[in-house]
Amino acid sequence: MQRHEMVSVGAGPAGLSAAIAAAKNGVQVAVYDENDRPGGQLFKQIHKFFGSHEHRAMERGFDIGKSLLEEARSLGVQVILDSVVMGIYENRTMNVMVKDHVEEVKGESILVATGASENMIPFPGWTLPGVIGAGAAQTMANIHGVKPGKRLLMVGSGNVGVVVSYQMRQAGCEVVAIIDAAPEVGGYGVHAAKVARTGVPFYLGHTIKAAHGKKWVEGATIHQVDASWNPVQGTEKTFDVDTICVAVGLNPMTQLLKMAACKMVSVPALGGSIPAHDKNQATSVPGIYVAGDVSGIEEASSAIVEGRLAGIAISNRLGFLNDGDFHQQRETLLKSMAGLRSGPFGQKRDEGKQILFESMKG
Amino acid sequence: MRITEHPILGSFEKGKKITFTLDGDTMEGCDNEPIAAALRAQGVLIHRITTRREEPRGLFCAIGRCTDCVMTVDGVPNVRTCVTPLREGMDIRTQKGKGQITAEE
Amino acid sequence: MLEGLKKTGYLSDEELKSGPGIPSAERRKKGPAAVIECIQPIPCNPCETSCKVNAIAVGDDITNLPRLDQDACIGCASCIAICPGQAIFVVDDGFEEERSRVMIPYEFLPLPQKGDMVTALDRSGKEVGDAEILNVRKKENMDKTAVVTLAVPKALSMTVRFFKSKKQ
Repeated sequence: MQRHEMVSVGAGPAGLSAAIAAAKNGVQVAVYDENDRPGGQLFKQIHKFFGSHEHRAMERGFDIGKSLLEEARSLGVQVILDSVVMGIYENRTMNVMVKDHVEEVKGESILVATGASENMIPFPGWTLPGVIGAGAAQTMANIHGVKPGKRLLMVGSGNVGVVVSYQMRQAGCEVVAIIDAAPEVGGYGVHAAKVARTGVPFYLGHTIKAAHGKKWVEGATIHQVDASWNPVQGTEKTFDVDTICVAVGLNPMTQLLKMAACKMVSVPALGGSIPAHDKNQATSVPGIYVAGDVSGIEEASSAIVEGRLAGIAISNRLGFLNDGDFHQQRETLLKSMAGLRSGPFGQKRDEGKQILFESMKG
Repeated sequence: MRITEHPILGSFEKGKKITFTLDGDTMEGCDNEPIAAALRAQGVLIHRITTRREEPRGLFCAIGRCTDCVMTVDGVPNVRTCVTPLREGMDIRTQKGKGQITAEE
Repeated sequence: MLEGLKKTGYLSDEELKSGPGIPSAERRKKGPAAVIECIQPIPCNPCETSCKVNAIAVGDDITNLPRLDQDACIGCASCIAICPGQAIFVVDDGFEEERSRVMIPYEFLPLPQKGDMVTALDRSGKEVGDAEILNVRKKENMDKTAVVTLAVPKALSMTVRFFKSKKQ
């Protein structure tokens, strides 16, 4: 049985930020990640982040990923890749599949920062090769340098849909349209404007009717929907495409938390079933913390701040950071977080988080 | 379908050019890139055929979670091609249904 | 108020007129000025911190829309590459009798060459005429965002926001 003072499940922005914050206080940290490279979604993000200087605004996602990893390693954090944390059991013990064998690991504190996975909507032809998640298009283009297709239809106009559409234009692909059943663009206006000016039309109030093709995608038909989401007759439009990207929302990968008997709360605004947690990112199970998209779908900047909050909370809990310093640092981070959750886009997420904080008081 | 120069990422660091076979036909790819990337770069979209209705399936999530991209690699079925690195001489086959283990143990 | 942008993905003329980051027609005739087409409150302020002459104000609440002090603005175009949303342009209606200069952020390949004639596009990507590439600037400190200067017919200086090559 291996013992670590802190175990982070996930080496994305939340997991690494927490590891760094804890390691700075002298906590011994091991980070496990199932992928063969750390960084979570950061390495696919080639656009400049918003926010202010402390939120690492103007830096591109992949640059932030690199620097987080370097910083973690320089502080002595162990980052163990190709390792799947299979379960969290009583007393914070875990089984971890490290490459081809299973190891038993115990953490004095555990941070679950496993992120989220993509949603899918079924439609006729959805199983045809060529129908891919928007994240898959990003992975292919930005990580592997391969165009996912030549002509794409993007389903979904949230931030993922508009950002990935722009990245597909940068990769040299055509994007025939961005569609969304909702009557308004879901993502930030500036992200939409960047891609609109390259000639990509938005079809709002439209959903996908079918993907066409015998053995792979050769085309797609969309149609309008009314206020009750019912298709409107005679509004079909067909596009000649070889790829259909689906960007219809993310939902947190909370399996480990449910297994550990953490209290879960349904918060649609944050992506579905979310682990209840307090402002220290602590769940209802003592010693288990959460940060990043697994605790509610937000952005990389919030993942980084939540990671830091969890890192200092863990440091305080384990006796590496005194109460006074902990509270001071916490206030600074909470203020920073409030900035990220302000404005019309942040409001719903903030309300969702308040529901989670409240549910911890029961 | 490879991106030779990207406006933000520049050029991609790829492993050296190697050959592998797909259903017996020789193809080219880069050492260490995911099998699925090498296939897509060559325009190959079908990874497997379903058991009952014999329908084509291919890449979906690209990060090893959905298993839609599995193929039989060097005799071992159900290999997630989006997270498995390509190596020189790999024998890759479009998997029919659940596949059969023919690899030497 | 935000009907245009949220319905189509690009700013309507009404939204453009009412933004606090838009310099007046008079000011644009005097020389280059920043045109900040940022009309949604999101937490973001690099434009404020990057302006060397303090012509852009966001304030303590970083969701405030950036306000342009058009008299302080010298049209240096530093803010174009800084804006993570690529929402800032520089327009110079005092350039020539018939033509204005429009500077845009550009993150695509191939980069155009000085002297190229290209097709000018509006915010929706619609073709609106021709433009000449006057300059292409891409420096280390711009982190891979190039700034392209286009010469466009004067009447189109608040319309042209992108371009495409004439070669297919």
